[in-house]
Amino acid sequence: MPGVPLQHFLVVGLLLFALGLYTVLTRRNAIGILMGIELLLNAANINYVAFARYSGTPTDGQIFAIFVIMLAAAEAAVGLAIVLGIYQNFASIDVDAAHALRH
Amino acid sequence: MEPTAVSTLRWIPLLPLLGAVVNGIFGAAIQRRAGKGAIAVLAVAPIGGAFAFALLAFVQLLGLPPEGRMLLDVVWRWIAVGSLQVNVAFMADPLSCTLLLVITGIGGLIHLYSMAYMREDDAYWRYFAYLNLFTFAMLVLVLADNLLLMFVGWEGVGFCSWALIGFWWREPVNTTAGNKAFIVNRIGDCGFVLGIFAMFWTVDTVVFRDIQAHVGLLDGRMLWGMPVVGLATLLFFVGATGKSAQIPLHVWLPDAMQGPTPVSALIHAATMVTAGVYMIARLHFLYALAPGTLAVVAGVGAATAILAATIGLVQDDIKRVLAYSTVSQLGVMFVAMGVGAWSAGVFHLVTHAFFKACLFLGAGSVIHALHHEQDMRKMGGLRTQLPVTFWTFLIATLALAGAPLTAGFFSKDEILWQAWSSPLGSPLLWTVGVVTAGLTACYMFRQIFLVFFGENRVDPHVAAHVHESPAAMTVPLVILAAGSLLVGFLGVPEAFGGANRFAAWLAPVFATGHAEGHHAAHAASLEWMLTAVSVAVATTGAFVAFLVYQRRTVSADAMAALGGGAPYRLLLHKYFLDELYWATVGRGVLLLARIGAWIDRRVIDGIVDGSATLTRGIARLEGRFDAVVVDGLVNALANATGALGARLRRVQTGNINTYLYVVVGTVTLVLIARLF
Repeated sequence: MPGVPLQHFLVVGLLLFALGLYTVLTRRNAIGILMGIELLLNAANINYVAFARYSGTPTDGQIFAIFVIMLAAAEAAVGLAIVLGIYQNFASIDVDAAHALRH
Repeated sequence: MEPTAVSTLRWIPLLPLLGAVVNGIFGAAIQRRAGKGAIAVLAVAPIGGAFAFALLAFVQLLGLPPEGRMLLDVVWRWIAVGSLQVNVAFMADPLSCTLLLVITGIGGLIHLYSMAYMREDDAYWRYFAYLNLFTFAMLVLVLADNLLLMFVGWEGVGFCSWALIGFWWREPVNTTAGNKAFIVNRIGDCGFVLGIFAMFWTVDTVVFRDIQAHVGLLDGRMLWGMPVVGLATLLFFVGATGKSAQIPLHVWLPDAMQGPTPVSALIHAATMVTAGVYMIARLHFLYALAPGTLAVVAGVGAATAILAATIGLVQDDIKRVLAYSTVSQLGVMFVAMGVGAWSAGVFHLVTHAFFKACLFLGAGSVIHALHHEQDMRKMGGLRTQLPVTFWTFLIATLALAGAPLTAGFFSKDEILWQAWSSPLGSPLLWTVGVVTAGLTACYMFRQIFLVFFGENRVDPHVAAHVHESPAAMTVPLVILAAGSLLVGFLGVPEAFGGANRFAAWLAPVFATGHAEGHHAAHAASLEWMLTAVSVAVATTGAFVAFLVYQRRTVSADAMAALGGGAPYRLLLHKYFLDELYWATVGRGVLLLARIGAWIDRRVIDGIVDGSATLTRGIARLEGRFDAVVVDGLVNALANATGALGARLRRVQTGNINTYLYVVVGTVTLVLIARLF
């Protein structure tokens, strides 16, 4: 895709980031928040890969992106485990239910 | 000659010590598990062993040439400080060997007697532990080769005496008597200790042999303006008056009769109270250089002899009569010491030990039979019920009264003869001695008549159960009575055709003292005559007792009323000496104590209270400062922190969305700030 300029990628990334942020800020559902975080991370990934493509050393950004994907997987695992814990304790996955960190 | 070194002497005191330790520590358990018999065996066996070793020492001494008769057993070096070299060393010469045989022999008999006498007592083991400990201390006293070790024994017997007088401590009167004995003895001990100091100061040694060897150094030496010898001997004599109950320190001995009767026999008649006499005999080489002190000794002895004998005339307690008799007889021994008749005094000590132990044990047998009745007014007519006790008591009384051919006759007449004929003696001393002999016969036969003759005045409840004592008690009585009859023949004076083996046996010890008695020129006829007089006086005394208490030709009450009753009251109250001591010494000490208490309360307490009040004031100020300033600062800080925390906790809502809004808002603000 030689014809696509850098700005287009950045706009897509920005839109994705805005959507993710909106999801994180507005959702009460813990899983929804986790999904928003995924969006945020992938927005960053698009930026990484795009900048890498237009810079002299394309591998750096790609390596970072792969690290982020891996990190996101780990984060999702830990995050889901926490959500499971919250559900077992509060019979709900609404994050406001766990605002006091105790019953 | 050098003493012969042996290593057997140490067992003489050690065996009784062993018995005392075993019975003293494990006695209660042994008595519970194995019974009183085991306790008695553990107590009597060591005394028997000690007696065997004493006999061995006696035989060893006999095997040596007379002038070399001294055994020495150095156990260990005790004190070595500068020139003070003191060994724990035991020395047996004829003098100490004589005492050894008396202590272990008569002591063994009294142990046997105690087995039966104390049978009913629960503290059987404690009694025998003390009795063994006493024997140990007395043997140390006698065997010591130096003044310090002798002092250890001296204090040891004092302690045991205290413990045994107050043996039945549930009765306050007994413990009081024990304390009295201990305190009065302390006064005497002061003199003894000062005497030891004087010796060490002047001759630089406390060993008897060395003092004797260096006695020449003392000639003419002065201490505080007094000749050393005179001062030291006087101080030692003060010690002797305490232990041997001489005026003015005799007051404890009659009260000491509160202890069990065998104790009275062993400690307060036969052995411990003779320690003063022994000490003077041991130090005779010093006393020989101090004629002034000897005059004091003889004077005090004579005064004690006659005063105690007169008090003995009116006592109603069977043991008190014997106690005053003991005081009186000790006075007679001191008369002997005072006129330089060392071996005669020691001889009387030995014979007295036999018959006085016999008398006390006899009295104990009577008391035992009458269930602890001691008042002679509640006795009488007991001779048929207690035949063995009666006969032995009679024999011992005859010996004490000086009936011819008994032990007391030879020893007492030897002393009387010396009191007359010695260069230090005088007819006055002899007269006092003879009068004492008369009084002695009188009060002793008064006792015989009151206890064994006349109508039976025993409490009817008790009278039904009167019975002769068991063999363990009568056998020692018989042995002692036999001794009272026979021991005298060891020392038959030459005037009576005897060899006076006793004096010859002791002669090596006293060789350096006065040339004793037996002046070549002395007229045997004079001695016969003096003896006849003293026997006549004694017979008269006994006859008076017979008239008053048996025939009742003269009533005792009429005698008491003589002279308006004043002399009787004087005697009954023991010359009011206890009252005098109480009024002067007792009150004086109490007054001192009260002054001391007042000073304590007003001056010392005042200072202490003052400093306490001051401290309390300072503390109160400091407390105020702490409460206001220090606590104020700390509290203010805490309050400020608390208030701040209260504000800040509002921020921590726990709501994730809030946090996220804050994060996003902040990042946005930072970005905006970066852009512009």
